[in-house]
Amino acid sequence: MSSIQANSLGVIEPQLYRHAEAFLLQNGEQLHGYELVFETYGTLNAEKSNAILICHALSGHHHAAGFHALDDAKPGWWDACIGPGKCIDTDNFFVLSLNNLGGCHGSTGPNSIDPSTGEIFGPNFPNVVVKDWVASQAHLADHLGIQKFAAVIGGSLGGMQAMQWSIDFPERLYSAVLIASAAKLSAQNIAFNEIARQAITTDEDYCAGDYQQFDKNPEKGLMLARMVGHVTYLSEDGMKTKFDRDVKSGDFEQGANVEFQVESYLHYQGRAFTQYFDANTYLLMTRALDYFDPARAFDGNLTRALENTTAKFLVLSFSTDWRFSPERSQEIVDALIQARKNVASAIIESEHGHDSFLLPIERYTKVLSAFLQRSFAELENSAELLATENEVDS
Amino acid sequence: MRGDLALIATLINPGARVLDLGCGEGELLDHLQRDKRVNGYGLDRDAENIRTCVSKGVNVIEQDLDEGLDNFVDASFDMVVMTDALQAVKEPRELVRDMLRIGEECIVTFPNFAHWRCRAQLALKGVMPVSKQLPHSWFDTPNIHLCTFTDFEQLCAAESINIIQRRVVNANHQEKTFINWAPNFFGTYAFYRLGKSS
Repeated sequence: MSSIQANSLGVIEPQLYRHAEAFLLQNGEQLHGYELVFETYGTLNAEKSNAILICHALSGHHHAAGFHALDDAKPGWWDACIGPGKCIDTDNFFVLSLNNLGGCHGSTGPNSIDPSTGEIFGPNFPNVVVKDWVASQAHLADHLGIQKFAAVIGGSLGGMQAMQWSIDFPERLYSAVLIASAAKLSAQNIAFNEIARQAITTDEDYCAGDYQQFDKNPEKGLMLARMVGHVTYLSEDGMKTKFDRDVKSGDFEQGANVEFQVESYLHYQGRAFTQYFDANTYLLMTRALDYFDPARAFDGNLTRALENTTAKFLVLSFSTDWRFSPERSQEIVDALIQARKNVASAIIESEHGHDSFLLPIERYTKVLSAFLQRSFAELENSAELLATENEVDS
Repeated sequence: MRGDLALIATLINPGARVLDLGCGEGELLDHLQRDKRVNGYGLDRDAENIRTCVSKGVNVIEQDLDEGLDNFVDASFDMVVMTDALQAVKEPRELVRDMLRIGEECIVTFPNFAHWRCRAQLALKGVMPVSKQLPHSWFDTPNIHLCTFTDFEQLCAAESINIIQRRVVNANHQEKTFINWAPNFFGTYAFYRLGKSS
């Protein structure tokens, strides 16, 4: 049965961008071209000024909204927010969403063939960082004729990309929305990523990263990594509300084989993840998270790192998010204020922890919608002004 | 624009860096951004106020004044404004100190608890004053640090704060000659423009 509703984008066809030239990465390695799979929603206007770029998080991909087939059980990962009349309104905006380089959903990554060897990259796929993603996203924008985005939006690792955009290409975005993100990971945050990586790399089926060659998949490790991740994406209160100590199966009286709901949830999520996510991509994505630190080049001074930005910023965080806490967002806000940049911030009350950024929480969608509507109106106004000036000139 | 905000706007120089504590719907900053090209930020904690500010393009930061202003560096603003909030914060003295640490100057406005109507309610009826400016009953009021003009000026003296300017107005934010006969008796609101000790 179709779950497509009136305000849905309907069936979306993914597209492929092929970058033929060599691409030099931040670590000095080079890719002999690459491919990015992407989707678009809404219509690009004649001036190509209404485009929004969506940057995905750790386990995200290009399929952010709509359905791939009429009988899909679930829409894209951010369908709650992207669509006609939704807070990222495709009646106004042309929305672009891609799978990042190094991903495992169709873009060039560890599962692709290395043209220099004719074999799968596997663990030899170069370490890409947020800056590389932004550079490759800029190529995709060039390809689509988008000189300047109306907004670059991302949650978590996606917010880091939006921030990097504002630093690397200040003239190519009008506004930046950083949701549940951080200017750099804390030691605690890196620690969780390392536990996840260890779970994968110590799985005997990991085969030093060459598991594909041996027709294996480090499922146990990947499952464990995802389970740890999920615990950190939820809050204690959220878990209490969702699972409490409810029992899925087994019997306390017998004292054996009791499975709590929370265990069942983690097993299910972990197992499902092994079916659609690649272990080498997971390692790559978590490293990109760990390495992100734009202030590093400025003696740790984030204000200086943001000095040349021109975007209008919206920084959102969630009250119970302890993986990317409101304090981390506040650091970004403080640096932006010190750098005299335009910024607005809100701390959304929610019990869903880090996962909140994917949920259609009323206050969250309202403030995001208000910000984007304002950006849209300002862009329309400046376009009209420009048109009038040109008339006067000619 | 609200009368008190119009008066404050006249005290702010074009292009100034302005921080508005408890900025509400961003009326002052919206006006200052368009009229005087200021680099302004407002702090507020009300969800609806924040959304309204965002839709106006006002730089609003969600922050509770009672949590302090430690995240703002010294001398980073030309003017720090706080309208009608002094009486509702937990630590008004620390906040005023912080305002002058962050700003070159600051503007503080608050309702006068020694206005004759307040005095009359307390003296004649023996009840806690309730007025248009202070509409809450004693048991549910957010105003936990009510003071008079005299009280505030004593605090400024104790803290060696320089009162650059004081303007006292009636309930309609108008200045009247008779108010200045006895400001602490006839004045409803006061605007204090404060500077560091000279």
